[in-house]
Parts: sequence; structure tokens; C-alpha cells
Amino acid sequence: MSELLFTKSVKGRCGASLPVMDVSKAEMSDSLRRAKPAEIGEYSELDVVRHYTNLSLKNFSVDTHFYPLGSCTMKYNPKVCEKAARLDGFGSLHPMMPVSGALDRCQGALEMIFELEKHLAEVTGMDAVTTQPLAGAHGEMLGIMLIASYHRAKGNKKRYVIVPDSSHGTNPATASMMGYEIITVPTADYGDMDLDIFREKMNDEVAAVMMTNPNTLGVFNPYIKEISDIAHSYDALLYYDGANLNAILGKVRPGDLGFDVVHVNLHKTYATPHGSGGPGSGPVGCKEKLIPFLPKPAVVKNGEKFELNTKGVDSARITSYFGNYGVLVKAYAYALMMGSDGLRDVAEKAVLNANYMMHRLKPYYHLPYDKTCMHECVFSASKQAEKGVHALDIAKALIDRGFHPPTVYFPLIVPEAMMVEPTETESKQTMDIFCEAMIEIAEMTEKDPDSLHEAPVTRPVTRLDETLAARQVDVRYSR
Amino acid sequence: MKIFYTKEHEWVKIEGTTGTIGISVYAAEQLGDITYVEVPDVGEDLVKGETFCSVESVKAASDIYAPVSGVVTATNDELMETPEIVNESAEDEGWIVTLEITDTDREGLLTAEEYDAYLETLD
Repeated sequence: MSELLFTKSVKGRCGASLPVMDVSKAEMSDSLRRAKPAEIGEYSELDVVRHYTNLSLKNFSVDTHFYPLGSCTMKYNPKVCEKAARLDGFGSLHPMMPVSGALDRCQGALEMIFELEKHLAEVTGMDAVTTQPLAGAHGEMLGIMLIASYHRAKGNKKRYVIVPDSSHGTNPATASMMGYEIITVPTADYGDMDLDIFREKMNDEVAAVMMTNPNTLGVFNPYIKEISDIAHSYDALLYYDGANLNAILGKVRPGDLGFDVVHVNLHKTYATPHGSGGPGSGPVGCKEKLIPFLPKPAVVKNGEKFELNTKGVDSARITSYFGNYGVLVKAYAYALMMGSDGLRDVAEKAVLNANYMMHRLKPYYHLPYDKTCMHECVFSASKQAEKGVHALDIAKALIDRGFHPPTVYFPLIVPEAMMVEPTETESKQTMDIFCEAMIEIAEMTEKDPDSLHEAPVTRPVTRLDETLAARQVDVRYSR
Repeated sequence: MKIFYTKEHEWVKIEGTTGTIGISVYAAEQLGDITYVEVPDVGEDLVKGETFCSVESVKAASDIYAPVSGVVTATNDELMETPEIVNESAEDEGWIVTLEITDTDREGLLTAEEYDAYLETLD
């Protein structure tokens, strides 16, 4: 562990040379004076530079290592998109600049939002998009608010939201936060929400069905059209969690499958930074019947001018300004750079890469849903668990070998789950090195399982006591 | 006194109209080290088949479903400070609530033998 900067303070040391005082000293009353000096650390410039540089060297990111964290789509973030976000007309624009009249200097910035919304609407098959949500979960919340507004306006009495048991935890959490009760539908042996049980559970009081498609098992739901028809026959709306949109970019549009609301994680699918490097961004798209409920202001085009429309049924904002604007610029730059052929290629390569890894690792790790996968696949460490080596031990052993672990213990329906998503930006060589590390760990399980319980041993922080940390959390700095 | 289990891995001990509810040893093992048990309030109505509290472990947060309907008469407050009791003694000292049972619906409840047979079919 690194020493805290506080503890490196040396009394009297200073990183700046102040000029000699050339004015007379002003007197200050005792009531304004500190009783004792502020506890501010004292350092030289070099102390501070070394401290932060050394900390930064401990960073783990997509820029340093392979990061196959399933369902998180940790793809490479092209640096040219960073450059676009820093262009003066975007990066230096004040959010309070007037957007009309003689002082209007925002036309380009508004046009960018307008065009990005149009692009996302086309990719998802929606009629309108708002870029306001600041993250995926924020987008989900807005999506369920739109659905609630729709039912309220129609006088529908709705109580429930249906989710499959493979869903991301945020789906039931969001619906519950918005006041709905959750109905969970189990997964059938084909790896997605059981259609017959879904049909039984469906009723007049269901407000929405929230789905990720392909789901967290990397399976595209073969009955999505049936699910959509059944839901709509009860005037329940279909919500698309865009976490796994990467797998179907330019191939299938959620809107064409019957989805009414979609959120897109720009920090996943559109290659903007992610994983402590954010912030995220979760634009929401919807079908025409929900447009009146979208948050305002919205960018509209009036002739050749871009303007802000502030009128709507629920004309509230859900965030300040227009969301995480810089992230939107990066996503738009990515979309333009890739083009429609490029985005289709993203989906194809993401799926190809996941299947390549699935086939290489299948002889060594149990694959509970053994079929062609989409962008990710879920292994189970059940064979290894018999020898006392659990998914957690494998994850920690991967850290020693220079990899970010896959997502473990999720989805919950697979015991000892390890969810691997390589994304389209990884080369065959990188995936091979990872697979070889996984195979080596599987062999270690046979030969020397105990050694894996110690991992990681090569990192600044070794095996953490996660139970103690969760039971007795203490994050205070104490001397 | 009779003890029953559910397919969601809760147990309920029934003595007359008094019930005690907890999670099974199997459930505790599957969850791993339990870090938090959300306990309902005394007086709360439990509805059979509906979730009434949740258990968090280092791996996951899981909803706990009421095996029978009733009114909560006592809660195991020790779980607030020492949730590890559930790992150590899931079917005894790790009880979560006691309740006054208000229905006679025992559908879906399994005897210990039936539950063991059900566990055999898992994994």
C-alpha cells in the first residue's frame, strides 16, 4: 500500500517561493484568527509529483491491460474522441451561454446533441432520444418514469414490473425505486426468460417488462416477438436495457423487436471511458407515444436554427444542462468515425471474439449454456470448486497474471459464474494469452489448489478480507 | 412442532399458530459469508410467497420470501450486529423472525425429506 500524502508532510517544507512582503502587515482580530494552524500538509513540488505519479502507476485500465469484465463492455476508448471533446467550441463553452439571439455561440454544440440523438434513434429504432441521463441506471430510472407517466395519462392501474431472473440488478432496483412491485420470471433451459411462465405471470396490472437482449448469459431471446406481443396485449410496455447493445449494433434494432423504451450506455457501446474513469452517459430513446413525457429542454431544429423546446407534459429536467456533454461529444465522434459499416463490424467482431474464447476455454471450464453465444459467455467454476478452488480464487489468480478478472458470481442463476466479454477491440493474441492463463489456472487447480487461495501475491494489495470489510466498514483516515 | 422448507430455501418451524422463519443451511452455504440481514419490523404483515426481507453476502443480495402468511411478533435483532450467526447456525440461532400465522395454506411447503430430495436435483 502507498503511504498517504498526509503522513509525508514535513514541517516547514514548501513547494512555492513567495516574494518578499512589500506591504505593511494588516492586523486581524483574535475572533477571526484560528486557534491553531490548519492541518495542511507541507511538501516540496517533487514530493507531490512523485506521490501522484507513483499512485498513477498503480492504475489498472483498458489502456494498460485486458479487461474482460462481462456485461461491462470494457472496450478501447479511441484517443481521437478525447481530442474531439476538447475542441474549443465544445470544451470551452460555458453551460450558461445564451442559446438564442445575438450572443448565441452554441449552434454547433446544439447541433451535436441533435445529430447524436438522431443517430441513436436510428440505431435503436426509436422515434426520439434524450441525452440527459448521466449513467445507465439514471437512464433506466427515466425510462421507467416515462412508462409510469404513460400509464398515468391513460388512467391505467399498474402495479408490477416483470424482470427475468438473469437481469441486471439495476432493473428490479429501478422499478422498485419507482414504486412498482417486481415479478421475477425464471430462465428456461434455452438460456432466456421462460416464455410459458412469463405468459402465466402476465396480467393487467403489469406496467412494463424489462429485458436485456442478448441477456447476461450472452443469449439472444428467440421468443422476443412473442413476449412483445403478449406484453402489449395487456398494455404493458417493453423496456430494453442497452447494456448489451454492442452485440447487435447495426444488426437488429430494439424498436423493431417491439421495445418501447431503450437506454444506451455510451460508456459501453460507444467507447467512452468507463470504470472509475467515467463519467457515464445513458441516453434514453422511446417510441412516439412516450415522446410527450420526455424531459425538457430538448434540442429542436427550426429551419436552419437549433433551438431549445422547454414545453412538455412533464417538462421537468432530470439533470442540469444536457447530461455529461463531453461524453456525448466522444460518443458522437465515435459514431461518425465508425460509420454504419463500422458499427456493424463492431457487433460481428464482438460476437466472433466471445465465441472464440468460449471454444478455447470450454474443455477446461464448465459451460452451463453450451450454445453459440453473442458478445459474452458465462462459464461456471463448478469443476474447480470440487477441488476447493472457487470463481473468486480464479479471479484473484488472474490479477497475478496481469488481467482484470471477468465478472464473477453473476448472473446469479449460474453457480460459480465467470462472465467473459472480450469486446471487438481485443486481438487474437491478447485473447490467446488470457486463455492460456485461464488454462494454466485450471491445471493448477489439479496440481496445487492451495496456492490459488493466496492470490494475488504480486500486487500492492494482496487478498482482501471482503467479509470483514463489508461487516465492519471503516474508511476514515486515523492517525 | 413441524418444520417445513421452500424451494426458495427458507425454513419455517410451526408450533400451533406460532411460526419461526429463517434460511436453510444450503442457502447460507450458497450465499457465502453473510454481511447484512435486513430484518422487518414487529407488527409487519407477511404474505405467503412475497418477499419480506433480504440477506446480503459478499457475493449477492437475495430476497427472502414468506413461507406462510402472518404478523411478525419478534425479530432476531442480533443479526444486525452479527449477521455471521446465519452462516454458523442457519436453521437454529440464525432465525430471522417469529410470527403469528394467519393462514392455513401449506401449499408448496416441503418436509425435510422432500427438501433434501429437491436439493439432490440441483447443481
